[in-house]
Amino acid sequence: MILASFGEDLIRAILQGTPPGTVYALIGLGFVLTYKTSGVFNLAFGAQAYISAAMFFKARQDWEWGIVPALILSVFVLAPAIGLILERLIFRNLRTASAVSKLVIAIGLSVALPALFEIVADYKPVAGRSPTGIVPNGSSVFYDPLGVYPFSRDELAQIAVAVLGMLLLGAIFRFTAAGLAMRAVVESPRMTELAGIPADRISALAWAISSMFAGMAGVLIAPRLPTLISTDFFTLVIVAMAAAALGRLVSLPRALIGGLGLGWFIAIFRTFLPRWSDDYTWLEPFEDNLAPSLPFVVLFGVLVFWPAIRRSIDATDPLSGVDPPPPALASSTRHPLLTMQTRAFGVAFFLLVGWLAFFRADGRWVFLLTQAVILSIIYLSITVITGFAGQISLCQGAFAAIGGFTVFQMADRYDMSVLLAALIGAFIAALVGALLSLPVLRLGGVWLAIATLAFAFFFDAVMVQASWVGGGGTALLSGTEVPRPVLGPIDFGASDRTFLALAIVVFIIVAIGVIQLREGTIGRTLRALRGSEVAAESIGISPARARIIAFAVSAFIAGLGGALLSMQQKNVNYSTNFSPVAALFWLVLVVSLSARTVEGAGQAGFAFALFGPLILEGSLLEWLPFLNEDNLPSFFPISAKWRFVLFGLTAIQFARHPEGMLEFGKRRATHKRNERYYARDAARAAAAELAQ
Amino acid sequence: MTNPILELRDVSAEYGPFRALFGVSLTIEPGASLALLGANGAGKTTVARVASGLVSASSGSVFVDGVDMTTKRTYEFAQAGLAHAPEGRSVFATFTVEENLVLSFRRALGRRGVPAAVEEAYALFPRLGERRRQIAGTLSGGEQRMLSLARVLVEKPRLLIADELSLGLAPIVVDEVYETLSSIRGTGTALLIVEQHVHHALELCDEVALLDHGTISWRGPSAEATEAVVNHLFDSGDR
Repeated sequence: MILASFGEDLIRAILQGTPPGTVYALIGLGFVLTYKTSGVFNLAFGAQAYISAAMFFKARQDWEWGIVPALILSVFVLAPAIGLILERLIFRNLRTASAVSKLVIAIGLSVALPALFEIVADYKPVAGRSPTGIVPNGSSVFYDPLGVYPFSRDELAQIAVAVLGMLLLGAIFRFTAAGLAMRAVVESPRMTELAGIPADRISALAWAISSMFAGMAGVLIAPRLPTLISTDFFTLVIVAMAAAALGRLVSLPRALIGGLGLGWFIAIFRTFLPRWSDDYTWLEPFEDNLAPSLPFVVLFGVLVFWPAIRRSIDATDPLSGVDPPPPALASSTRHPLLTMQTRAFGVAFFLLVGWLAFFRADGRWVFLLTQAVILSIIYLSITVITGFAGQISLCQGAFAAIGGFTVFQMADRYDMSVLLAALIGAFIAALVGALLSLPVLRLGGVWLAIATLAFAFFFDAVMVQASWVGGGGTALLSGTEVPRPVLGPIDFGASDRTFLALAIVVFIIVAIGVIQLREGTIGRTLRALRGSEVAAESIGISPARARIIAFAVSAFIAGLGGALLSMQQKNVNYSTNFSPVAALFWLVLVVSLSARTVEGAGQAGFAFALFGPLILEGSLLEWLPFLNEDNLPSFFPISAKWRFVLFGLTAIQFARHPEGMLEFGKRRATHKRNERYYARDAARAAAAELAQ
Repeated sequence: MTNPILELRDVSAEYGPFRALFGVSLTIEPGASLALLGANGAGKTTVARVASGLVSASSGSVFVDGVDMTTKRTYEFAQAGLAHAPEGRSVFATFTVEENLVLSFRRALGRRGVPAAVEEAYALFPRLGERRRQIAGTLSGGEQRMLSLARVLVEKPRLLIADELSLGLAPIVVDEVYETLSSIRGTGTALLIVEQHVHHALELCDEVALLDHGTISWRGPSAEATEAVVNHLFDSGDR
């Protein structure tokens, strides 16, 4: 009897898990397809899916088109068009770029594309307007073959497309010359061309097909979401990554089975998980949040414990030696005179801004400037891990949140000094960072980025809910309040200007530490590892040790910055400040400006805090003598979404200029002036020789 | 009068800030064979890359069959009948041995030509036939070299460019490769051979060009490429 009910529960769980499993499978398939045909670890897959889904939604509901024309427009016209544009403008030029640079670009796109679409198509997600599927009455007509779980028409359509898609795509790869050529282009475009195959045309075809599949997946998945929001698609892609990882990114059938298996596993787990929390109440927040976080746990587990993934290092292009190596930092080649000029200009600039901030600016500008300085501190953590160690970490938001929450908890519970609490928070973040780096470091490259992202989502789903981290129920009522510090006679809460001064001092200390790290043994070790891990190991450098330190230092800095940010806003404000998706934008910003220098982090901090008010809201123009608030051109204020579009698209430059746009500009300018100065030196030396 | 199959006119080439070739000119007539010799870093590989369109010339021009191909893409060189076996393990590492061969033969010989060509490749290198389903990246260095060569040897292109032809191959296999090369030369394929085994190359090719610091320092019939010339060449590399 018990056995019979167990069997029924199991079957129900499996059937229940099938529809979400199909969604994971669809995305997993699309992900594998894009990776196989373009070599891009396409985190923008969710963005592409979202755009087609939103287009379909708009055509159906706002324009009241029929299903077929709406489907043709969104999936068979718009989606491949976007794919072709991306290929032509971006990915064609970086076929030989490293997997990590392509990942950064895809992250930039996943930030930029949804915002761009929403601006261009004038689309806004409105709660309560639910998307509909591609079959009439898809969500209201059910079929219940086994009498255990009823499938809606939408769900059946998803299952059919997933299975047919896998068979069709599998056939393309197996039996057609184009399929073989697509794989060849991914591995080495140059060798493919040596075989007489036009790599450009093949990769355009690949992008058109995979984008179409992304669009199809988006339209099919949309009815599962109550409201069509781009971040939901992004999260779904991360979840489905576990499916794609099981297929090692190359096997379509495994991605399908992996996706379904993930859906089944989660449903079975939910059905049969015993309620330990009835006996141990402290377990409650974990158990409540375990189910929604399971996909991230599974993803993390698959990445860390699936040995095949570590072995699936990208096949390197045998002809990659045709490209020249990356250039040195601009500042390392500067003429001494130029260095002096740059420094003098920097000092003058900061004195001017400081004077304005402390004596002329009103409360709003002081607040924004303080935010800029604190964000610059957090961004220094990205400088360390990405700029120096060359690893993409997508959980800097979680580290910063650890700092913020520690300050909140320590002050709330023990009434501890917040400055001390901030240091403790930074140490806890460093510890978490070091522990996290142990399992993920072996992964390296793209998989490390995804594992850290899985950690960020896990932190988001489980840890933040726990009362001893995010405050739990009490935080919902009273918020996560954080006081400003008091140091002896100075009360940093009394005046925002003194707090700005504190932030600047901390920034300077951290910046000096970061520069010391770069110039010291650790920095040199990390640079050697970036150059060639094999070569570095052969001269006795341990990659693990250097990278664990880099991770811990980076987490420490992020934690410290997060604590300061919480103090400044007098609240942790987790979801606006530190959520995984918000932290993605940080990375995009830092990397697109300059990830290898301290100035780069500073510029990124200022760009984040001040680009909106200064440029998009037109404040910079208001300060011009002949303009004021009332006679600004009518297109101000510009939509804040442009910030995502502009910086997201700047990240595209990462592959061509991995040092960042600002660093690239600096190098060009430096090069020109250097030539002039050195020419003058040479002329002088020659003249002196003549005179003798 | 027929056009030369390949003509480089005053070609320079660079990798970023590093200039590798300084005004190289050479011609190869249809069916002719040229051995390119030179010390390490003399620019041999770059000449081969420019000849197959992998690296584009920063100045000067490249003609294939009398047509200016200077700005053309690599695949257009291949479609014009130039086949280049790059140095080292130049195979698609995630493909099986057979997929590696099929990819190239499919374009060059059409769907019908593929099975016969694959069999011919296996006849040439039986070792590959034993491993036709194996992933190419797991082959030994010598086997990968065979695979890379099998592709260009079987296609019988109008001009075959082979870089560091014998590097990594067992001596007995090198002998076989050279036999095959001399037999396909008989069918009208022109050869551009970059080689460290000077004696093999001199035996096979009618002509020799010596490359020194990115320029051609001597060119003439193999018979005249005396020991002295060759010695001069390798000495100059140590300067």
